[in-house]
Amino acid sequence: MSIILDGSTALNGGNYLEFERPLAKLERQIEELEAGQATTGRDHSAMIRTMRSELLGARRKLYTRLDAWETVQMARHPKRPLVPDYLNLMVRDFCELHGDRQFRDDRAILTGFGRIGNFKCMFIGHNKGKDTKERLENCFGMAHPEGYRKALAKMKLAEKFGVPVVCLIDTTGAYPGIGAEERGIAQAIAVNIQEMSRLRVPIVCVVLSEGGSGGALGIGVGDRMAILEHAYYSVISPEGCAAILWKSGEFASQAAKSLKFTAKDLKKLGLVDEVIKEPLGGAHRDPPVAAANVERFIVDTLRELRRAKVETLLKRRYRRWRDMGSFFVDANNPPAKKTKARAKDAGQNGSSGSASKKAVAAKGGASKAGAPKAGSTKNAAARNGATKNGAIKNGAAKKAVAAPRG
Amino acid sequence: MAKVEVPEGLWLRCKGCGEIIFKKVLEERLRVCPECGLHYRVDARTRVQQLTDVGTFEEFNEGLVSTDPLSWKDQKTYRERLSSAQRQTGLREAVVTGKAYIKGRAVILAVMDPFFVMGSMGAAVGEKVSAAVEKATDLSIPVVIVTCSGGARMQEGLVSLMQMAKTSAAIARHDDERGLYITVMSDPTTAGVAASYASLGDVILAEPKAMIGFAGPRVIWNTVKAELPEGFQTAEFMKEHGFVDRIVDRADLRSEICRIIDYCGK
Repeated sequence: MSIILDGSTALNGGNYLEFERPLAKLERQIEELEAGQATTGRDHSAMIRTMRSELLGARRKLYTRLDAWETVQMARHPKRPLVPDYLNLMVRDFCELHGDRQFRDDRAILTGFGRIGNFKCMFIGHNKGKDTKERLENCFGMAHPEGYRKALAKMKLAEKFGVPVVCLIDTTGAYPGIGAEERGIAQAIAVNIQEMSRLRVPIVCVVLSEGGSGGALGIGVGDRMAILEHAYYSVISPEGCAAILWKSGEFASQAAKSLKFTAKDLKKLGLVDEVIKEPLGGAHRDPPVAAANVERFIVDTLRELRRAKVETLLKRRYRRWRDMGSFFVDANNPPAKKTKARAKDAGQNGSSGSASKKAVAAKGGASKAGAPKAGSTKNAAARNGATKNGAIKNGAAKKAVAAPRG
Repeated sequence: MAKVEVPEGLWLRCKGCGEIIFKKVLEERLRVCPECGLHYRVDARTRVQQLTDVGTFEEFNEGLVSTDPLSWKDQKTYRERLSSAQRQTGLREAVVTGKAYIKGRAVILAVMDPFFVMGSMGAAVGEKVSAAVEKATDLSIPVVIVTCSGGARMQEGLVSLMQMAKTSAAIARHDDERGLYITVMSDPTTAGVAASYASLGDVILAEPKAMIGFAGPRVIWNTVKAELPEGFQTAEFMKEHGFVDRIVDRADLRSEICRIIDYCGK
């Protein structure tokens, strides 16, 4: 990741990424013209206006089409707002609560009560740290087992008093170290995932910047999941993936592309419900706007989730995760016209509406749409009821989604 | 087929102690070296035979295979990798699930295969494990999962990570219904599988010297830049630190599983 410091701190906060270089140049030219205007008294306003609109156009073009590797750089931008910044901007009366009551207070995960909109919530988030000292204390936001146990302890507290949970995800991953293994990092994450799947209060998750594998999922199981426009959420870091499958870390950008982990891709795959807009040029260009967008998503989602009774909420959450990422077929009973249906499905998901709503709608239609197909999957159905659910649903859900179009 | 581990011929040199052992003896001893007790990795079909009463295994979802959600290609395409794994192992996916009897006790059994793309978990593995656990809940019988896996299957991207939550949610429901879940950790149980269903057993058994851990030793070494402790990330290490209940020799697995089932009354 290379950062060019070009000295024009006044205009845009100073840090440009490699791919932002053309914009930086244009910005500097405008600055120079403005300065020239002030000193020489010559009128460049028409020129400046044209260049400004050119700059805006170039920005729009650049930032709406970032590739996967550029997205990773945006997500790791040194100026990108962190969880405490978001808490400052969108949460009132934040009351931090420390420690897992077992071992220590892991600073890589921040927990506490706070108010957002009209809701009292428990906030759980990674904290990468703002300066070198804090980053070292926080292990750069890579949590140890005690961090996940602290998160769970606070979630249980929230559950006891019916307070909804908001999880803000921003981590490269769980800490890979000797102490973490000795104290059971795998067990800590596993228990969190399991308990979050049945916690009796609403859970809203947002990936703010980096969603690093199990370290993110350890506080990432809930009723709704959103991701910021320039954030990513991946099963493995692009560098790690390149090292394993391409045998060299140099293929990180290739791996990034292959992993399809940008917000847009994940929405298409139906793995996140919503993509939250960032201000043009990324959250760090205008943190209050970014925070306002995140706040709106959280408040709207809580309002919606609050309407359901606990049992309904839990039933829906179970269904949501049970059906998550169902990309399999029954080779003994292959569904007809599989590829065509899938292409249509992906197109629909990307183009409109919330994925979760569509999933529910698809499920409702699945039984009906699936009925004529039942004959073809009879063998599997006879062998095991569970197969019937999985395999038919996979084919039929797609059919149901595609149906309203045609 | 554990061809990777057991070369052609009647004899082989043990990887653990270097002794020459008769292959037939190794098979009779359930692929445990008679000299040093090294537990060789076992393919899923053989493991099912070793654990269950003869002729009682009734398989579920045999035909399920992962599709290729990301249209993946690294040095090979994912589809090629899958079909070569299928040819080599004779399995369709990295886990075999079904209902069986162990010394007359009905259980739902899921056995992972270390030779199928490193026993990694993708959408089909997640579905088969979750469906098996749901079946156990519905029938009110225990579920036994033999784990061995390199973790989530990278070639399926975030889809594979989500399987951790999917399987764990099914286990939570089984737990809510007071269902018994026994994990048998075998070599290797790591990363995404260790950080989901493998670590959620009511009782966790492990085979001797099995590698168990979350992060890869190389990744850890890169972070800490120091010598890793002796026996780091082995079953014995995990037992010492409180994450494994019992270490059980392969020959005793059947009786130990039954013992736990009888104590838990289900």
